[in-house]
Amino acid sequence: MRFLIHRYNPETDKKPRMQEYTLADINAGDMLLDALFQIKEEDDSLSFRRSCGEGVCGSDAMNINGRNGLACITPLNSLKEPIEVRPLPGLPIVRDLVVDMRPFYHQYRSVKPWLTVHDPEPETEYLQTPEQRDQLDGLYECILCGACSTACPSFWWNPDKFRGPAALLQSWRFLADSRDQATAERLEELEGAYRLFRCHSIMNCMDVCPKGLNPTKAIGNIKKMMLKHLV
Amino acid sequence: MSALDIERRQFDTLVIGAGGGGLRAALQMSEAEANVAVVSKVFPTRSHTVAAQGGMNAALGNVMPDNWHWHMYDTVKGSDYLGDQDAIEYMCRAASHLVVELEHAGVPFSRLANGKIYQRAFGGQSRDFGGEQAARTCAAADRTGHAILHALYQQNIRAKTHFFDEYFAIDLLKDDDGYILGAVVLCIETGEPLIIEAKTTLLATGGVGQLFRTNTNARINTGDGIAMALRAGIPVQDMEFFQFHPTGIAGKGMLITEGVRGEGGYLVNKNGERFMERYAPHAKDLASRDVVSRAIAIEVREGRGCGPNADHVMLKLDHLGPEVIKKRLPGIRDMAMTFAHVDPIDTAIPVFPTAHYTMGGIPTNRYGQVVIPFEQSAEEAIPGLYAVGECACVSVHGANRLGGNSLLDIVVFGRAAGNHVIEYLKENRYHRPFNDSMAEEAMQRIGQWQKTGEGESVDSLRAELQKAMEHYCGVFRSKEVLTEGVEKVRTLVARVKDARLKDQSKIFNTARIEALELENLMGLGLATVECALAREESRGAHSRVDYPERDDERWMKHSLYHANGHIEYKPVRTKPMTVDSFPPKPRVY
Repeated sequence: MRFLIHRYNPETDKKPRMQEYTLADINAGDMLLDALFQIKEEDDSLSFRRSCGEGVCGSDAMNINGRNGLACITPLNSLKEPIEVRPLPGLPIVRDLVVDMRPFYHQYRSVKPWLTVHDPEPETEYLQTPEQRDQLDGLYECILCGACSTACPSFWWNPDKFRGPAALLQSWRFLADSRDQATAERLEELEGAYRLFRCHSIMNCMDVCPKGLNPTKAIGNIKKMMLKHLV
Repeated sequence: MSALDIERRQFDTLVIGAGGGGLRAALQMSEAEANVAVVSKVFPTRSHTVAAQGGMNAALGNVMPDNWHWHMYDTVKGSDYLGDQDAIEYMCRAASHLVVELEHAGVPFSRLANGKIYQRAFGGQSRDFGGEQAARTCAAADRTGHAILHALYQQNIRAKTHFFDEYFAIDLLKDDDGYILGAVVLCIETGEPLIIEAKTTLLATGGVGQLFRTNTNARINTGDGIAMALRAGIPVQDMEFFQFHPTGIAGKGMLITEGVRGEGGYLVNKNGERFMERYAPHAKDLASRDVVSRAIAIEVREGRGCGPNADHVMLKLDHLGPEVIKKRLPGIRDMAMTFAHVDPIDTAIPVFPTAHYTMGGIPTNRYGQVVIPFEQSAEEAIPGLYAVGECACVSVHGANRLGGNSLLDIVVFGRAAGNHVIEYLKENRYHRPFNDSMAEEAMQRIGQWQKTGEGESVDSLRAELQKAMEHYCGVFRSKEVLTEGVEKVRTLVARVKDARLKDQSKIFNTARIEALELENLMGLGLATVECALAREESRGAHSRVDYPERDDERWMKHSLYHANGHIEYKPVRTKPMTVDSFPPKPRVY
């Protein structure tokens, strides 16, 4: 099986290059991450992030044959050869397949992603009906892998101003939470031409999300809520 | 590079590890306005807490009557009477309050029709001290760890905790009076070392599941904090007790939560027989994990396994119906479809016992203080050093952890340790003097891997270790096999010094991190196999075919393994805080 892998070590390379690897002894049913481990056994200088290996920690998002995804849950037999693996687009490259995620995390923190309640705390749990809780399904499962935001042209052009799909999904996760009481503040924070409204519903985010979440829909919901809030 | 040239930072308190334990402790301390540094080798939400599925135990009694005291009984029994009963009482009493705290912090728990937190049945749970099945596990579908970890990280952002993301901890700093003064860490991105001075250091680095070839753990679970403690002269406790989860996906290892059986799933052998009825007539599939894992291993050994190689059993849940599976178990459905290529809505999942959880670890008391035997005292606190969560051994899990007690453990003792640190900081207002020699050993460890030339690869040594641990130190053990295992692992440990890295670059050199992790794994692999050979009884997860019975007279004690190979023992704390102790009795489910 043939692989073309993005290599760049700022200590020795003037510019990035694609390096070819061939694995003779690999099971087509294995995941791309298994192949990367095998390549790293041969060439320990290949650098990439990984941890859980089962699609829940969000470490190993990368660009696979032109499409963002998680290496650990992408089966090799779903990919056309040569398999081209590059770092997530739109973020500074640290080395090989490792990008600098700081701009992405910054946007996440900017939406104040924590439950905010102004009322005095009861001694028991806040009550929430199963139907209210259902509103959080499809939102809280986000693993912050960055696949969506780095597939978004609006985020590429304005990573400093547009919050990006991942952060906006989180924003909606709290706006949709029956327990949260910071609706006005959250909406206010997203006003203006960029933070929310740079989303042009291109839907790349939804297309690539490895957890099957739909940030475009969440963004639409925020826009609707904002309109309702204004009148 | 000498220690003199290294950048130094000062914080009131240092937390190493950003899983649930580290983040819960950090939150407590940040809210008390301590200046907190959290060092993590991965971005916090990538920590392994994120993979916890089924839930967190607390006797809220939302589904049926429950009581913290029944939870305590189950935990003591589950621990096979090796758990420390003061710590267990503390944990079970605190549980309900801490679940409510997490809910207030934003955790999206699943809900009951009345709006309260959803609770499901889990293994080893009973009402009324061994009576009917309880439903004590608070769940956010089957992504409870993810929900808790993200909420704790979010609350730490709010509380302005200072994060050092993608920094790898090398070793602790210790002065001549035995105080721990922080740690030497390595910035993974730049490859530069950094000294973090702190009045207290809290280890929350998780377990060491990577000791075994097939495991449910993340690649990062290499026992770094436990190994750092061992190198700092602290003996490690009860390392022979390693939990094998009954239901890892066969041959691959991904975890399939006990919550599947809690929701009504069950195990069958090749004859379609629900075999747990023979091993645990009362609790059946919801017996303790050690019991279920042994039962599966016996079924396979006696030829009743499934598949072409008869090497696994099946976990059946199609009878639960698509609604329950989609609502309560969506994550494991994904996992089964991705890795076992079956949809559990209509097909059973192939499973086999898989290395899962480190019951042993750094010895602590219930305040999270690291304690070691000193002169007349069995438990003398090391000033400035704390440990919580899977890397610690309080010990609330003893010889076998109950499902749903690990998420509980990390928040209960994360919070308790945070509170104790706050008190400690009041008494110890100033940093103790730092001197360069404290960082020397850590720098030597880094330097060791700068040797070039021919040598073994880190990957092959790790693979050999994992294979050896699986072969010599698995579900069933014996003197003969363990003796060979000790020899084998000793040989592997000796070979580490001849290993070489080809990649000598600095920036994001993950090969170097894996080399440092390998040293941690090796030290702990040897501790595990040595302690397993020494303990001549069967208790909880430690099952010796040559000593099939539990032996309370000789062995109801904790083992303490020193870096030099010496093993000593200390008594179990059988006296709870306020209630009567639960004396050991035969353990049947």
